[in-house]
Amino acid sequence: MAAKSIISRPVYGTLSPQPGKHHLFVADAEGAVAIIEMAKNVPAGFFGGAEIVFIPGPDGKHVGALEALKPAQFHLAASFASLLPRLKQTLTNAHMGLRLYLSGTEGLIGQAMQVALEAGIDHTSMQTEHRGSLARRMQCVHCKGITENVTTQPATCAHCGLLLLVRDHYSRRLAAFQGVCINAEDRSEIPPMEEIFR
Amino acid sequence: MGITFRKETFRDDFTFRNSPEHIRRFPFPFHEDSYMYAVNIEPHVVGPKGSVLENLIDVDEHYVAEMQDRALVLAEDPLRCQSLPHMTLAGWDLLELLMEQQALGYPEHFTLTRDGDRWRWINRPLGIDDTFTFGDTSTLPYGPMEYITRQSQGDFCILDQRDGNLWMDAGMVTTQADWSLDFDIGMNFFEWHAPVPLAHEKGIFIRALKFLTNIQQGKPARRLNWTMTINPRLDTSPENYHKWGPDRSTVTPENVGDKVHLRVELQSFWRLPRSNGIVFPIRCYLIKMDELVTQPKWARRLHRVIRDLPEELATYKGLTRYRPTLVEWLSKLDDGSPTSPGFGPD
Amino acid sequence: MSTGTTKLDVVVSNVVPVNELVTRFHFRRRDGELLPTFSGGAHVVVEMRDGDRTRLNPYSLMGSPLDTREYTISVRRDDVGRGGSLFMHRSVKPGLEMVISYPVNLFSLDLRARKHLMLAGGIGITPFMAQTSQLAGSGGNFELHYTCRTASLGTYADVLQQRYDRRVRLYHDDLDERIELDRLLSSQPLGTHLYVCGPAGMINWVRDRAAALGWPAETVHFEHFAAPQPGAPFDVTLAVTGKTIRVGSQQSLLEAIEAAGVDPPYLCRGGVCGQCETNVVSHDGKFIHNDHWLSEEDHRSGCKIMPCVSRFEGKSLVLER
Repeated sequence: MAAKSIISRPVYGTLSPQPGKHHLFVADAEGAVAIIEMAKNVPAGFFGGAEIVFIPGPDGKHVGALEALKPAQFHLAASFASLLPRLKQTLTNAHMGLRLYLSGTEGLIGQAMQVALEAGIDHTSMQTEHRGSLARRMQCVHCKGITENVTTQPATCAHCGLLLLVRDHYSRRLAAFQGVCINAEDRSEIPPMEEIFR
Repeated sequence: MGITFRKETFRDDFTFRNSPEHIRRFPFPFHEDSYMYAVNIEPHVVGPKGSVLENLIDVDEHYVAEMQDRALVLAEDPLRCQSLPHMTLAGWDLLELLMEQQALGYPEHFTLTRDGDRWRWINRPLGIDDTFTFGDTSTLPYGPMEYITRQSQGDFCILDQRDGNLWMDAGMVTTQADWSLDFDIGMNFFEWHAPVPLAHEKGIFIRALKFLTNIQQGKPARRLNWTMTINPRLDTSPENYHKWGPDRSTVTPENVGDKVHLRVELQSFWRLPRSNGIVFPIRCYLIKMDELVTQPKWARRLHRVIRDLPEELATYKGLTRYRPTLVEWLSKLDDGSPTSPGFGPD
Repeated sequence: MSTGTTKLDVVVSNVVPVNELVTRFHFRRRDGELLPTFSGGAHVVVEMRDGDRTRLNPYSLMGSPLDTREYTISVRRDDVGRGGSLFMHRSVKPGLEMVISYPVNLFSLDLRARKHLMLAGGIGITPFMAQTSQLAGSGGNFELHYTCRTASLGTYADVLQQRYDRRVRLYHDDLDERIELDRLLSSQPLGTHLYVCGPAGMINWVRDRAAALGWPAETVHFEHFAAPQPGAPFDVTLAVTGKTIRVGSQQSLLEAIEAAGVDPPYLCRGGVCGQCETNVVSHDGKFIHNDHWLSEEDHRSGCKIMPCVSRFEGKSLVLER
């Protein structure tokens, strides 16, 4: 993470069990480790009221360890897009007392949070823990297109092709960092591209 | 008699000008020869006749042209006007406030007649005469916030107050100084101010928030902010930065007076009665250097402020590229003599 | 600049006994104009001139925010309080000219809510009278659960049931009817916000159960204006103005400061808004904190006091006023 950042840059914590009747976990790849770590400190029977939705990384790790927690429901998803209908349905039918735990990449946390915000959960009541890649979702402020998995500074917009400065300024509503044209004042200035979000 | 509205543009051929009376009433933002952030908030009460504070919602000779420019921006990019679903009631609050204030200050141009919730609004400069039911969105051509802010100078941010913070949950923003409503909507007070340098460390936003969350109905407050813009362009949005950014490289010693504009925001803060929200009108005033330096005190003072501005602020305000040229040009108008205290011209 | 509110000159237009404990007061503007619009949950501070004594008490506005020809408040008679409610019941008659503050809302609806769940106890019903009117006028989704001692003390219960039918549920203490709170809280759709107004014990109970059942703090809203409690008289030195004052047994510290000609800002006078927060320069004795504003840590530190509702017992107290 950048040494000096700004207030709109999300701050992630460490998952901890919350009071509540139902517990919904959404995690990808190394985010599983956050759940497994937290499971060491939960009250007995905690996972009996829990649902875990997990998107494994390319290495397929952690599936067995999560299943071993014996959640009431366990679902493996191929991608965030594929789990979206299920997540929306769960939230639509949920009651107050449902607690949400998000862990893994920033893109996953942001997108799951976006859906939960729309369902009426306040962002401050969600538990989050960042694990894994620092690649960013970026909204191009000019064409509004979202570019996934941005690892460089500056980065090229996948939609309009402008060269963008990837700012720390972050929108929960869009689940994205802001990208602003880096050489708008003189297009002949092409700063070197460095890989910094890994 | 009423205001004579100018026919002018804020794009392409840039025919925007201030009349001599409007130069005199320009809200010059520096009360001393240097500038630093401060919580410079004061009660928003009516000021002297002939000033921009003569009415709490100011309408001036640029009204019609600004509204035409807003319509062009919205046609290109409707995302400049957004309201999260829970903000409709606050939109009605704003409609009431702006109709009341404009009709009160400028009866020759605006008339509001109410019969219970049956309201009639006449806006003569824009040729509008609408009758609608207050509170019933289906009786207006747009949502209440969009309807009235298409007829009111300045940008408008509507803030929801909850959990001890203010949340930017609605707005009409087409004349902004380089920030994006589409990106910032839904953020809290600290988050949307996050990119501003220096002020967080000084605790300025904590104090400002405490003040703003305590604004009471019937007691609005105000502050001035400023930046600079090349050409009299209202729409200096980040969305279009790649279109207007190159203007900053076009400043030469020969064209400073015509191209460089001081851009002053008169920000006011009002408690909204039904929604308990806060509205934050940001009224933008532009003046080109040639017009500004007709007041010798302003010329001397602006020279000193721009020359001594901390580098972070100059960068944040986007002055870096043309600051030397501007300072050099202004220095010729600064004989080093003292300036009188206060904002106004001598 | 001062953060207080603007004042309104009003005349009492009607006084209506509601039941053996509660009386309703109607105010209109003396100049005949409309009163300022307000939002459900707002209160006004009523100035009561009782001989040489002035009391300022907050009361929730209970009329519809859609009708600002008059404001209405309901006052429950408190025979052992400091006398504000007794003054209202005994001395305020139609035609009396009074001064009230502009409305201030420290208990506003969260308009994002998918549903508003309201719990009222006793006279705590008043802010909900305005909030339900506001929500009903805009098609809002709400449900009100109202606990009262007996049917005859169920202030406005009949009106509310008539207006909102099954959206209002009544519980009578004398019939041993109780809210099944856990079941109620666990059956609410995601995105519900909870509002509670009533006696302190009820508010604490509801907040505790809501927290235990997983309701995030930002979804739980409560209003409890602490009434200033009577107590032993005590002396205070005001360091800034160099005055020494005595706080009478029936007087609040804030009232005593005001009587000495010093005017701290205030909005609620009930320990909620934080405006009159005052630094303690030194003290030798014990604080009796009654506010909901300062943190427990602040209370323990002995460095701050809310003079609207809190008192002091001991040898000396010096305040930064």
